[in-house]
Amino acid sequence: MGAFIVRRAAAAIALLFAISVLTFLIFFAFPSSDPALRLAGRTATPAQIAAVRKTWGFNKPIYVQYFKTMEKIFDGSIISYTQQLNVDNQIASDLQPTVSLAVGAGIIWFLFGVLFGVLSAVRAGRWLDRLLTIFSMVGVSTPVFFLGAVLLYYLGFKAGIFPNGDYVSITTDPIQWLYHMILPWLTLSALFIGVYSRVLRSTILDMLNDDFVRTARAKGLSERQVMVRHVLRNSLIPIVSLWGLDFASVIGGGAILTETVFNLQGVGQYAATSITNLDVPPVLVITMYGAFFVVLLGAIVDIVHASLDPRVRLSA
Amino acid sequence: MGTSPEFALVEPDVPPGIGPYRLAWRRLRRNYVSLAFGCLFLLIVILCLLAPIYSADIAHIGADDTSHIDQALSLTGIPIGPTWHSTFFLGADTTGRDVAVRLLYGGRNSLEIGAIATLITMFFATMLGTIAGYMRGPIDGLLSRFFELLWAYPALLLGVALGTSLQIGGINLGIFTLTAGSLYVPAAVIGVVYIPYVAKPVRAQVVTLREREFVDAARQQGLGPVRIMLSEILPNLASTIIVFVPLILANAILLEAGLSFLGAGVQPPAPSWGTMISDGVHLLPAAIHLTLVPGIMLVLCVLGINVFGDGIRDALDPRSQIRIKR
Repeated sequence: MGAFIVRRAAAAIALLFAISVLTFLIFFAFPSSDPALRLAGRTATPAQIAAVRKTWGFNKPIYVQYFKTMEKIFDGSIISYTQQLNVDNQIASDLQPTVSLAVGAGIIWFLFGVLFGVLSAVRAGRWLDRLLTIFSMVGVSTPVFFLGAVLLYYLGFKAGIFPNGDYVSITTDPIQWLYHMILPWLTLSALFIGVYSRVLRSTILDMLNDDFVRTARAKGLSERQVMVRHVLRNSLIPIVSLWGLDFASVIGGGAILTETVFNLQGVGQYAATSITNLDVPPVLVITMYGAFFVVLLGAIVDIVHASLDPRVRLSA
Repeated sequence: MGTSPEFALVEPDVPPGIGPYRLAWRRLRRNYVSLAFGCLFLLIVILCLLAPIYSADIAHIGADDTSHIDQALSLTGIPIGPTWHSTFFLGADTTGRDVAVRLLYGGRNSLEIGAIATLITMFFATMLGTIAGYMRGPIDGLLSRFFELLWAYPALLLGVALGTSLQIGGINLGIFTLTAGSLYVPAAVIGVVYIPYVAKPVRAQVVTLREREFVDAARQQGLGPVRIMLSEILPNLASTIIVFVPLILANAILLEAGLSFLGAGVQPPAPSWGTMISDGVHLLPAAIHLTLVPGIMLVLCVLGINVFGDGIRDALDPRSQIRIKR
């Protein structure tokens, strides 16, 4: 087990390094115009462009530029061009809404994804299965920003049941925080519930034909015991790995669209406003930071998975 | 290997050997729900292709035509919603443009980007996945690391990063040039983002295929690796590739909408469903039709592809399970 953790951690670190290089290349080394122009954004003045060129060292060789950029990100001196704000500090202060969104929505989509998946597998072919299938197909086909906008308009603006977006800090008012987070949670969950219930349904249906299920039935276990102790336990493994990665991508700013529609002022929305202004430094840092979270959670999920299932750690 | 005549005589309506694709088509033909949604998607495509005719002969207004602005805004300055007239049938936007006309032209852009992105993804993913799985060794190591690398980014973030970067400078790779603001920028970005989602399963399948007897037989006959990959491996990947096409198309259209909504995709004034929803959301409490019209069209289109794609998957392989991370 120790050897597996070391190998997995080494792979994760190598991947993180590769991510930082690729992200750097995306923004600095595409063979086209001057990177200083790119970095300073659309509305930059010539003086700003000259300053950018000097501080980022664009006259130096590319590997020097790479280390300079990494240094700026890690010592926290990277600055956005439109507002001249420190990017690392901005991300740190935007983390609270993003984590609130990820944790709440993560719980909802996991519970309902599993519930709907199991119900639809147990009732395969019946009307409940059909209903849940329709629900999940619509869920995976609806863009979150459209769903969010429609819910905000009808439930928030028209009916006045929910507030019109915005974020209230959990430390200032926990009840208002909950009240403001319900719609974003539901919106973000709709897509994932659809995906998870479909995956779980097909995994369970495949597994029902496996030998160990027949053995369990032959031992005289009730259908419920077979389902809960044998089938569900095994078919949850892929769902848990999936959940780890999706959760990481939401914390890493991947819920850009949900955050923007509900004006939650999280990391994702920071990325969105930076794109609109073509302000590259924040987009650079958030892309890197989002990928870091996915790699980190991916490694953790693999290690947990390996501790549960010896075949994984022996074959990897 | 001709069909045996005695066999054909015994059962005249069922041919003795039904190929897997004939069998799949039979299963699909019986799946009415899935066919209906396939037709819905086809209908949307046809409507969007007819956009110039609708614009010229029915609505009598162009996609960027703002000359009817006096009829388009109500007394309070809010754009009118759907009407029963042929002009402004689905309402107008704030600058007095016809929403129905822009919906169809925007659909052309969204579908075109989705189709090009799907072609890019399928071509490169199949090629790279096959090479990685067949060659193994250092080439496989390198390509697999590359898939892992792209896969580690949240899809939307990678799309946003590439889209933002290309928007400012465009890209120039010798024969292949994209100018900033071109429709092909989001198409290329989306195509690249989804490569690992297809390449990884293709590679896994090739790894098992290359150990099969028929590949060994081809190798014994002295066929080279390129020939084996093209004529022995590729035909066996066909059903996997067919299953992935609708899945990637649906997700490409959704990602285009997301990127355009954020401003990293299609650049205004060119319409797309994503940019139209984005414009609508900014005017939200005043004019809901600007959000609803393109949004519902987008959902219907993607739903059509998804349900039809599910039908194809069930028909080709009733037990397969393929999904995509977003």
